[in-house]
Amino acid sequence: MSAIPLDLDNTLERPGERAPLVLGKSDLASITEQVCEIAERPRPSREWWLAFGTSASLTFVLFAMLGYLFWTGLGVWGINQPVAWGFAIINFVFWVGIGHAGTLISAILFLFRQKWRTSINRFAEAMTIFAVICAGLFPAIHVGRPWFEYWLAPLPNQMQMWPNFRSPLLWDVFAVSTYFTVSLMFWYMGMVPDLATLRDRARSKIRQIAYGIAALGWRGSGRHWHRYERAYLLLAALATPLVLSVHSVVSFDFAVSQLPGWHATIFPPYFVAGAIFSGFAMVLTLLIPVRHIFRLESLITPRHLDNMAKIILATGSMVGYSYIIEFFIAWYSGNPYESFTFLNRALGPYAWSYWIMFTCNAIIPQLLWFKRLRQTPGLLLVISIFVNIGMWFERFVIVVTSLSRDFLPSSWGVYWPTWVDLLTFLGSFGLFFTLFLLFLRFLPIVAMAEVKSVVPAAGLELGPHRGHGQYWGEIPHQHDEENER
Amino acid sequence: MKSDAEPGRFVFPAWTNLIRPALAIVLVTLPAYLVALVWLGGSPKTTDVGYRPEQPVPFSHALHAGQLGMDCRYCHTTVERAAFAAIPPTQTCMNCHKQVRANSPRLLTVRESYASGLPIPWVKVHDLPDYAYFNHSAHLRAGVGCASCHGRVDTMEVVQQVHTLSMGWCLDCHRNPDPHLRPPELVTVMDWVAPGDPAEHGRRLREAAGINPSVDCWTCHR
Repeated sequence: MSAIPLDLDNTLERPGERAPLVLGKSDLASITEQVCEIAERPRPSREWWLAFGTSASLTFVLFAMLGYLFWTGLGVWGINQPVAWGFAIINFVFWVGIGHAGTLISAILFLFRQKWRTSINRFAEAMTIFAVICAGLFPAIHVGRPWFEYWLAPLPNQMQMWPNFRSPLLWDVFAVSTYFTVSLMFWYMGMVPDLATLRDRARSKIRQIAYGIAALGWRGSGRHWHRYERAYLLLAALATPLVLSVHSVVSFDFAVSQLPGWHATIFPPYFVAGAIFSGFAMVLTLLIPVRHIFRLESLITPRHLDNMAKIILATGSMVGYSYIIEFFIAWYSGNPYESFTFLNRALGPYAWSYWIMFTCNAIIPQLLWFKRLRQTPGLLLVISIFVNIGMWFERFVIVVTSLSRDFLPSSWGVYWPTWVDLLTFLGSFGLFFTLFLLFLRFLPIVAMAEVKSVVPAAGLELGPHRGHGQYWGEIPHQHDEENER
Repeated sequence: MKSDAEPGRFVFPAWTNLIRPALAIVLVTLPAYLVALVWLGGSPKTTDVGYRPEQPVPFSHALHAGQLGMDCRYCHTTVERAAFAAIPPTQTCMNCHKQVRANSPRLLTVRESYASGLPIPWVKVHDLPDYAYFNHSAHLRAGVGCASCHGRVDTMEVVQQVHTLSMGWCLDCHRNPDPHLRPPELVTVMDWVAPGDPAEHGRRLREAAGINPSVDCWTCHR
């Protein structure tokens, strides 16, 4: 059992030594115990019930709003000419953006051998799945007549009617559904060994059968592990391009149109950076309380938070750069409509939303240059919530300002959401948190099997290299003796 | 749960071994299902090809349009100037049948109708859905022959539908009209054959007349 001090600052970089990614008295057994215990509590805490009750009620509100929408029609929303894309599209882009952190953490960081991903990937992938579910909901209800949704699929028919393959909205259908499928497979497949652990520890009949079926007969044999690692690598390679492609395609919804403020080549990278930015912010928003409540500080260490904060800082700076360079592009294009659009964003009737966006996304995350702030979970939580707010407003600014004032002043208009819009958006958070709380209650929230691969438990007493260096300094250094010999 | 498992541990019961062969069966039968789906979807039963209702009068197009060589427009008078190709009134039949076979029992219904003034209840064969707008005159003016859509009516004892009249079938011609075009004055010639390559012949006619069939939704769905 390694006894690394729990308060060790593992954010330091020491050449030649690897920072420990698991702190405290953690070994293989204790990690199993620590993670499984969360899903094995006989009954959830009162706080869980409170949170679950709230989010389930909000989910009910969501479904009530959907029922009202389907019964009455799209007129219950604030959309009209000229702003025909209102909350539904804003929320879609918001949620699908959040859904980007999971695959980035699980696939790209995996391929780059970033071991710190192991403690947070399960969590981030779950968040991705739930966010994409919320995202998929909005375009589905925005089409107005959801019972015709099968028209989105290219089904052969006697009318020779096909979806418009030149429309980015159709590309969206394929991009998002592919992303959801791959993310779900990745999440579930990665969870199989841990589900088998829960199965083996299960006491009640129901849990034995449920986890038993979910674990697909995993026995942990060498052949199982071999196939598993292969499949995981392949899925990671499959998922990696999706991280970049999905939000690029989402940005095409805007960029392929002719509207000033949308029609810009900067959109795909700008959207991808924004998506990763918002995704990591949402991971932090959820992770920091969960880490505290379930006492996971030994697994999700300051270094994990520090790394995520750095990614937020990097992508936030990219987003801020995009905001500024958009003004340059507008001016440099020489297009008066383009210039007007950006001046209108910053100074027009929706300027308040622009400045909320700019403050939350471009200014507040710059605080993360300070290491002390990156290591204060409470402050990180606050900053991440600001980023979430800012990224929602970014989509609001893009959708509403461009549509409400385009080329002809005679066709200008004003958009305000109705109470149905607001409650539907709120309800989507209910759905998200309901799924998330069920995840916390029933599934292994940390990838135990993967974390165990970074526990320096084995071979510590064997000296340097076996235990990957002695960063934490309690084990006597043997480098010098060896060198002298 | 079987006893060979450790107590308290879930083991997949033996019947789950059947899932794999079952999956194999599904994978094998799936193509068969798809083939059957396409086959049945395109079968005449589904598309109404061969629809041949019994008419109240045993009128033979083979006799009138074929052997006697009557022009289509003698009876279907409005076809060149209206959307609808008129079904002739009984008076048109009686133009001849007052003299020709005036006492034939097969023409009893026609004579009754002529006497009473009530039209003969002909059954419509080529019936498009109400949401599809079709104009005969436009097609005739462009040089689409009667036979292109209705087939060789001059050989039919009883008229039947020979094409699906589906939207895809319409679009096939609207997207590539050349092989179906002829000089507009020859539209009612049932046995007309293009001199040389029909597509090439049609292309020249199309370019000369500036024919540009629309494939917008509102061309047919107004």
